[in-house]
Amino acid sequence: MPKVIVNGQEIELKAGEKLNGIQAAQRAGVDIPHYCWHAGLTVVASCRMCLVETGTRNAETGAITMVPKLVPACQTPATDNTIFITNSEKVQQARAMVEEDLLIDHPIDCPICDKAGECLLQDYHFEHGQDERRADIRPFTSRRREMGDTVTLFIDRCVMCTRCVRFTREISGSSELMVINRGSHEEIDVFPGYPLDNKLSGNVVDLCPVGALGDKDFLYQQRVWFMKKHPGICTGCSTGCSITVEENQDTVYRLKPRTNPHVNQWWMCDEGRYGYHYVHSDKRLTGAGKLEDSDYKNVEWSHIITDLDERLRKVRGLGVVLSPHLTVEEAYLLATYARSVDPNAMIVLGHVPVVGVDETFKNGFTIRAEKCPNRRGIEAIVLHYMPKVLTVDDLLAEIAAGRINAAWVTGGYKEPWIDESTAVQFEALDTLIVQDIFSSPLWERATYQLPGAVFAEREGSYVNYADRLQNAVWAVRPPAGVRVEASVYWQLLGRPGMYKARRVLTELAGEIPYFAAAAGAVSDVGVDLKVNLLAAKSEVVSAAVS
Amino acid sequence: MAKFEPVLLANVDNPDSHTLKVYEASGGYKAMKRALTEMTPVAVIDLVKSSNLRGRGGAGFPTGLKWSFLPKDHPGPIYMCINADESEPGTFNNRILMEEDPHQVIEGIIIGCFATRAQTAYIYLRYEYPLSYDRLQGAIDECYKAGYLGKNILGKEFSLDIYLHRGAAAYICGEETGLIESLEGKRAWPRIKPPFPAVEGVFRKPTVVNNIETMACVTQILARGADWFKSIGIPADPKNPRDPGSYGPKLYCLSGHVNKPGCYEAPLGITCRQLIDEFGGGVWKGRKAKAAIPGGISMGLLSEAELDTPLDFAGPGRVGCLGLGTAAVVVLDETVSMVDFLHNSCRFFAHESCGQCTPCREGTEWSLRMLDRIKAGKGRLRDLDLLLEIGDTIGIIPGTTICGLSDGAAWPIKNAIRKFRGEFEEYIKRTNPTGYMVTDAVDALPILAAH
Repeated sequence: MPKVIVNGQEIELKAGEKLNGIQAAQRAGVDIPHYCWHAGLTVVASCRMCLVETGTRNAETGAITMVPKLVPACQTPATDNTIFITNSEKVQQARAMVEEDLLIDHPIDCPICDKAGECLLQDYHFEHGQDERRADIRPFTSRRREMGDTVTLFIDRCVMCTRCVRFTREISGSSELMVINRGSHEEIDVFPGYPLDNKLSGNVVDLCPVGALGDKDFLYQQRVWFMKKHPGICTGCSTGCSITVEENQDTVYRLKPRTNPHVNQWWMCDEGRYGYHYVHSDKRLTGAGKLEDSDYKNVEWSHIITDLDERLRKVRGLGVVLSPHLTVEEAYLLATYARSVDPNAMIVLGHVPVVGVDETFKNGFTIRAEKCPNRRGIEAIVLHYMPKVLTVDDLLAEIAAGRINAAWVTGGYKEPWIDESTAVQFEALDTLIVQDIFSSPLWERATYQLPGAVFAEREGSYVNYADRLQNAVWAVRPPAGVRVEASVYWQLLGRPGMYKARRVLTELAGEIPYFAAAAGAVSDVGVDLKVNLLAAKSEVVSAAVS
Repeated sequence: MAKFEPVLLANVDNPDSHTLKVYEASGGYKAMKRALTEMTPVAVIDLVKSSNLRGRGGAGFPTGLKWSFLPKDHPGPIYMCINADESEPGTFNNRILMEEDPHQVIEGIIIGCFATRAQTAYIYLRYEYPLSYDRLQGAIDECYKAGYLGKNILGKEFSLDIYLHRGAAAYICGEETGLIESLEGKRAWPRIKPPFPAVEGVFRKPTVVNNIETMACVTQILARGADWFKSIGIPADPKNPRDPGSYGPKLYCLSGHVNKPGCYEAPLGITCRQLIDEFGGGVWKGRKAKAAIPGGISMGLLSEAELDTPLDFAGPGRVGCLGLGTAAVVVLDETVSMVDFLHNSCRFFAHESCGQCTPCREGTEWSLRMLDRIKAGKGRLRDLDLLLEIGDTIGIIPGTTICGLSDGAAWPIKNAIRKFRGEFEEYIKRTNPTGYMVTDAVDALPILAAH
């Protein structure tokens, strides 16, 4: 095993692991400050913030040879017997110098800067900077420049790390951003007439270590220290990017990608990032209703649930439509409930919205055409109850044949998803329960109208296109009058206490082999159901995979 | 020592010296023909190695050694880049060669490419040399016609194409990896090393980058032999095993306050004073020299007392300069203000810093702003300490930047202030009698249109 010595502390790396000095130091719990280096981008070693002392230890004699000059840790490979010293006076002086240099042109407008609170320039200056501003040579300017529809540049806050430039060249492949001018006159810019308009543009704001690139969607909306961060999953498409939902007092202010090497690495698309606004739409449905004498009567949630339950226990044939926006746990609970009132209840997969075709970017990041997060998970649950994956069309055929007289349809789509001609076919039912977030032709025909929740309000798991199951926790409470699907089903099933996604997931992992791998702890990056399913089937396969 | 006869400049005064006919009449291309017909590439490299030829571009890296760094048995292509982006202030020796004797250079390139198995050579020419461009292109065209370039040169396996590429006038393009980036059509930001160009250079292929004058020396070494070359110059210091010596003739560019500025050929190791007195006809107007730049502005300053320093690769370093550099000597007479000199130097480097590394981008600008302020009569003694701190901390020698540009920016600051501190202090006290001792932050100057 290769050994690396960081500040005298010896750490072991895995054989064949290719780390640089910053990553090796991280293993040792030592933070080496850096601006330009990012694990997802090429190394340029230009900010010089990560300068360290390095050397090698002779494996046989133990003799230590140090390099006389400072080297950037980002560019120095951590090979066997490499020594890194990150806390010497020489290193600290170099950091102070870089910090001082970066602030020469900086307007220090932290009070009006969006980045304040999560700014590396602030953090590093606090930790490594000097207490005096010696470079009293230049009046500040504070200029702004539009990069595109999503991003604005605060020119003088920039530290020229070029992360954003490299992102557009290496990840999105669209190369809109560039460096203009030379020396201390350098600025980030776009070519006239070619604004930053790729579908991953928002990532440059995340990459910016300082307040130079501002997200127009978030600009001046909220101070970052007021927001709480909740791990979630983007439900915009079946890629299922790991995200962080950032909210304050039940208002979502922004979504940020959460690092997940198996799914989205460090990135997310603009469609997902800026597509959350429907969460707070004033068109959201609130308040449960029951159709009585051709008019809807507002009913208390607690009453409507007992009422529903009584009514459903009398039906001849029950059909359930599981939306691919439901979590795995919710779908399982609803199906379980349906089978408890009608042992032959028909369970089908809801509408799967597909828009365009998959769009893959230079580094492989893909925006999928399938605009829902959980088709694979719902299919697995449908298959558990039905011989094959049935769809709404199959249900409609059964309704037309008169074998089904009650249906429970779940929606949760942010776009219109059902047309008049389809909705009409549900009129043959005696009982139609619709759970949705926006009004639709079907909603208007429901006998029970149950307003549903959106992704930021749900707790549970989604299975992405590649059979990776990931957990999300709820970030905000639903609007008044809305109850999250899971809690409705939990109560219908008469289960004790509060709905807890983890309890349901453990239960269904034992019940449905597809989910077996989720029986144990599911980490931040999710769990690959496919690999584990194979492993469960055969010891041999398991050995081969590991 | 026998009377030194110019070799590199032997032809430059002949009429039509830039034409193939005249060049061949004086024995040109014989060395190339002998190398291609009688020698193996390895033998050529060994010959150049044994001559201890060191690169004339500034760093003085042994040329034969550089060639031998190319990976063995590489499937190719291997590229040769000739650095003709001669932009170090005070330097014009490449220009003389390219304008007056381009075939001497091209002969060296052909030999060098034969030795390194390169089949493509790029000459990266600075934009400001239109005559060099015409003469070089003319010489290349003549060589194609004569069969010295193109497919199967002299009926041998060896083929070579030379392309002339004009830069867009930036100092940083003379840094070898900046040159490579620029040649590839990118912004000339020097690359991080490793990998070095010999392993991964132009278009990610093994590349040798050599200076114009180096290639002229290669021609002469092939024509006259390594022993001739080693009979000129300063031998290696026996106490320093890493010193390869300073052998061969060198083109010195003499300018500034001398009676006869020009490009002169002399053996390496001539002292600065000899150069000024014997070639330059002494300091002009009967004045005394105050200081001299030993090898281009980035090398720092020699004070009058240090003018007896030999101008070989090791000499200027012994008196605190960065090195020999391009051997461009600029003489400053006793009337020159060192404040003006340093201001001009800082302005140049602030203008030419590529802006990639923070310490150089901001340090060069900061030092210029401080000099601006000193010149505006608002300097403080404290500024000198700050300037020295900047000078001591930027560059590849302390390890804070990718390339050597900021070492070049640092050396004039360090040398000027350390060697002429009294003059700086006097200037500041005289122009800012009430504020020179202030150590608190003072008001910023409005941005001057300095560059």
